[in-house]
Amino acid sequence: MADIAIKTAVAKPAPREPTAWDRLKADRNWLGAWFMLPAAAFLILFLAYPLGLGIWLSFTDARLGRDGVFVGIENYEFMWEDSTFWLTVFNTFLYTAVASTIKFAVGLYLALLLNERLPFKAIIRAVVLVPFIVPTVLSAIAFWWLFDPQFSIISWSLRKMYLISSNIDFLGDVWNARWSVIFANIWRGVPFVAITLLAGLQTVSPSLYEAATIDGATPWQRFRHITYPLLTPIIAVVMTFSVLFTFTDFQLIWVMTRGGPVNATHLMATYSYQRAIMSGYLGEGAAISTAMIPFLLAAILVSWFGLQRRKWQQGESND
Amino acid sequence: MTDALAGKAVDPKAVLSGSAPLADDTEGMSYLQSLPRRLVTLYLPLSLILFVLLFPFYWMALTSIKPDEQLLDLETYSPFWTWNPTLKHVYKLLFETDYPIWLWNTMLVAVCATALSIVASVLAAYAIVRLRYKGAQLVGGAIFLAYLVPPSILFIPLSTVVFQYGLFDTPFALILTYPTILIPFSTWLLMGYFKTIPFELEECALIDGASRWQILTRIVLPLSVPGLISAFIFCFTLCWNEFIYALTFISSTQYKTVPVAIVTALVDGDIYRWGSLMAGAMIGSLPLVILYAFFVEHYVSAMTGAVKE
Repeated sequence: MADIAIKTAVAKPAPREPTAWDRLKADRNWLGAWFMLPAAAFLILFLAYPLGLGIWLSFTDARLGRDGVFVGIENYEFMWEDSTFWLTVFNTFLYTAVASTIKFAVGLYLALLLNERLPFKAIIRAVVLVPFIVPTVLSAIAFWWLFDPQFSIISWSLRKMYLISSNIDFLGDVWNARWSVIFANIWRGVPFVAITLLAGLQTVSPSLYEAATIDGATPWQRFRHITYPLLTPIIAVVMTFSVLFTFTDFQLIWVMTRGGPVNATHLMATYSYQRAIMSGYLGEGAAISTAMIPFLLAAILVSWFGLQRRKWQQGESND
Repeated sequence: MTDALAGKAVDPKAVLSGSAPLADDTEGMSYLQSLPRRLVTLYLPLSLILFVLLFPFYWMALTSIKPDEQLLDLETYSPFWTWNPTLKHVYKLLFETDYPIWLWNTMLVAVCATALSIVASVLAAYAIVRLRYKGAQLVGGAIFLAYLVPPSILFIPLSTVVFQYGLFDTPFALILTYPTILIPFSTWLLMGYFKTIPFELEECALIDGASRWQILTRIVLPLSVPGLISAFIFCFTLCWNEFIYALTFISSTQYKTVPVAIVTALVDGDIYRWGSLMAGAMIGSLPLVILYAFFVEHYVSAMTGAVKE
């Protein structure tokens, strides 16, 4: 009997010392590394590595299907003297500046309108976002048809109203084409700006407006001194995104004009596609897209300071 | 005036429930405005903007059901309406082109890429927010930066990478590259979501002897289903919308996705088949619009959440 008692005592040992393996299993850094592995693998293999490779490619004379050799800044020199490149830079800046400004203005206005008391508010809000949901390429095709030189319904309506005498050549004329693609970009971007700003507006307490009204503030003053300051942080972030994605836009242009007429709507992204993939000069294309990076960095810095300011306004703990 | 009183009566409830957005259900000061004034300052501009936003869709839908002769003759028939709608364009699209295959490709790529991204993002977001390993803050920042790297500067080097890995012109080229767009976004979104789950729940589970994996699958994930839905829908939409990678990495028609195929394969020569094109654009958008209609709230929270965090 005593024997058995001893045996059971042996069978239930005191909590053993944790082995190195046990410690490792509970170690934050070890576990963290495993948890990060899938995401890190994707981002390093398909994002960080290509990003570096792109910069390297811009210093080589690589062609499609052939590795290049290092040629120094030859691609950049070529680019510097290429008048088409400077035209695309001009186009990109015009496109980004005009489209972002109008997107912001109309988006903010739409957000303010949607923030009012409205019948069928939920449905209207849901509907507003539809242009943003529909794939860009598919809505660009609709715009292509709307801007058709012969069968454009816009030309037809204006003609019936006796505002114009002949059809407008929306995508065939240099400046018409620029305004047309800018319009299509605004059309697609406004819902995003409006809905995100609306989310910001809804956090503004109505009692602030009531207090300001009692103090005799005009609607403009209420907007300028209540709405705008409280909305600044979110405006900074939304506009950074908007600028970033407008600056690097590709789809809309490619579908509607392919950069034409006479390169009038070529953006840096579409031009790099044309040089790298269509013509096969990977090195040159990479140089053009690398040239976009400084501008993107500037936009990201603005975003970062926007975020910092938000923390400063609302206290560090909001993270 | 009764409206105003009713609005005031509802007010405390909204405040009590706490969750309701402050400016949303309360009437605020709008009762101070007369109807004609609201008509000019609110309804008129709103309906104008809505008209511009929605007209292209109406035009898309109308074009896809109009007979050909009405499409090209704006004088004899009123262009804004048709009395003899036809399904000819849709029929042609579905049975005489590869459109169903393209739809299937898009769906396959979108679902696979989204699933991969969500799994990777859940693990990464949990590790960054809750394991807080050394350098987690830094990695969080790096992921936000990765979110800001646009595909248009990556597609050239990526095309050589895809070629090196032997993925060129296969669906895997897209399934494996789309997550680079999706992972940063959904990780960022889920990090925000995981932060709202009380830490005490995890501490209890740890004391009870649960492993990190058990905590993640049994506690954190069930509690963050809305966040997962948001991430899923948004990723799915981004995949469906992606164009430049699909255009660059896929060359054979049978692997193309809807956006690319419509632009490259359906537009043949000088005669654009406008009816079929518009039908294609409409059917291609339908899955997303339907998904959106069911999950508007999740969609909006994904969009604003990603910006706010």
